[in-house]
Amino acid sequence: MTDDMRMAHPSALKGAYAVWWRETIVFFREPPRIISAIVSPIIWLVIFGAGLGGSVSIGNESYQQFIFGGVLVQTFLFSSLFYGAYLVWDRKIDVLKAVLVSPLSRSSIFLGKVLGGVTIALIESIIVLAVGHLIGMQYPPEALLTVIGLVALASAGLTALGLIVGSYMESPEGFQLLGSLVLFPMFFLSGALFPISNLTGPLGIIASINPVTYIVDLLRGALGGPYYLDPALDVAAFIGFIIVANIAGVLAFERMKS
Amino acid sequence: MAVIETSKLTKRFGKIHAVDNLSLKIEEGEVFGLLGPNGAGKTTTIKMLSTLLQPSSGRATVNGFDITKSPSKVRESIGIVFQEPSSDELLSGYENLKLHSMIYGLQGGQVEKRIDDALALVELSDRRNDLVKTYSGGMRRRLEIARGLLHEPKVLFLDEPTLGLDPRGRETMWGYVKRLVTELNMTILLTTHYMEEADELADRICIIDHGKAVDVDSPDALKARVGGDLVTITSSPLPDAKLLRKLKFVKGVEKKDGKLLITVDDAAANLQELLAKIGKVGCVEVRSPTLNDVFIKFTGRELEQAEGGWFDKIVQQSVNKQ
Repeated sequence: MTDDMRMAHPSALKGAYAVWWRETIVFFREPPRIISAIVSPIIWLVIFGAGLGGSVSIGNESYQQFIFGGVLVQTFLFSSLFYGAYLVWDRKIDVLKAVLVSPLSRSSIFLGKVLGGVTIALIESIIVLAVGHLIGMQYPPEALLTVIGLVALASAGLTALGLIVGSYMESPEGFQLLGSLVLFPMFFLSGALFPISNLTGPLGIIASINPVTYIVDLLRGALGGPYYLDPALDVAAFIGFIIVANIAGVLAFERMKS
Repeated sequence: MAVIETSKLTKRFGKIHAVDNLSLKIEEGEVFGLLGPNGAGKTTTIKMLSTLLQPSSGRATVNGFDITKSPSKVRESIGIVFQEPSSDELLSGYENLKLHSMIYGLQGGQVEKRIDDALALVELSDRRNDLVKTYSGGMRRRLEIARGLLHEPKVLFLDEPTLGLDPRGRETMWGYVKRLVTELNMTILLTTHYMEEADELADRICIIDHGKAVDVDSPDALKARVGGDLVTITSSPLPDAKLLRKLKFVKGVEKKDGKLLITVDDAAANLQELLAKIGKVGCVEVRSPTLNDVFIKFTGRELEQAEGGWFDKIVQQSVNKQ
């Protein structure tokens, strides 16, 4: 080995950077991923928001304005969870094996993956925010930084959740189930499309233990809308969720078989 | 110094012993072949040695590091070319190597040159910026080799490096492997179920069957175990086996599929006398023993039973010509 070149045990951060670098390049080379991630929120906003909004308003807001925050959450909720669960595809095409057989620690692979998910969520969310602005959604410009920060943190938690699912999945066939059994309930029972005070009994309980509920409430508030829950509770649940999901994610990666 | 040493290495999947008390010693700078049919335990052995799989019992060291106690030291010491290509299809050849250099913590101004050299070695320089999904199967394998050696590992594992390649791709691949040995003096552990591949590349071969080591030696020494050259006689009626056994250079006579298989000491010198004894024959085939004959001798089965088709025969012929 030449003098000016050495192989160090790669530091956790450099290793994570390498994984992130790969994730980002691959993301931009698959345009259908960006398109599918932003088209569906925009359809919700334009068609559902305008259509149903003609006859419904919630609080002082138009219905379209009410669901704007929820639709923004939908963007990165689906994107981050599917991105994480996409791990099973890496495994299928054996890309994962090449990383697992390297000296990189599992936690730095995990960190790189989470950062990849956050980057993708941010790009998609910024597009949705811009489109929202173009179709007349109101939000204070000075709130944008807070909103983007919240999106980054929330998608870190949701990506971690997706990675946990992906690390346990044996084959990509479970993807459809993940969508219909996990993602849609999480989205519909989160207050994204109607206030969760409309939900009673078991559905209300599910909504109150659903981390997305608090993400939606925080983001709607940050975008200038009213809070439907206690903001302090939102913040506590939000932070708690991100920490728990990431710790559980690292543990899931440590025990993951190749 | 033994770079790889295994001692009673065993992997059980339920009741099946995929690898059964395997004890090997692989020396530095050696090309060591694990030869056996599909399912013999070759890939399982590689997976254990590369820390992707925990052994059920026994132990092994790679580059002096215990595979269960210091897996990350082992991972730093090895390069691996998997049976299924694991390069990223959405990255270019160059980007795959760049990613690998980052993952292995390669630093300094030489990294780019190292990547260039590795691409040049496997003759992919002109395709470096093309996405891997546009590569042929053979090119992908070559890229995997470039990647496997980029961090200059002490040991390179090649798991069925030519599986699924056409005869030309296979021969090109052999050329690269030989260059690794002569130019970089690497220790290579190669698994294959192609006998001609083991014969061509390996300094020593471990014949493995049902997870057990059947025999370990150089290809020539293994072939010498067959006991001589093989003469196959087709005629009707078949000559008298008893009569032939009396010849002192005849080591064995066996009837098989309506043919007579005679194992002969130095066929070149003794063929004349043998044929004189037999008299009129329909057809004679004389050949040196192959590793397949060795495998049959020890296990009673053909090595490449599953794949004895025209494809392998063509490869075999082209290799035997050289």
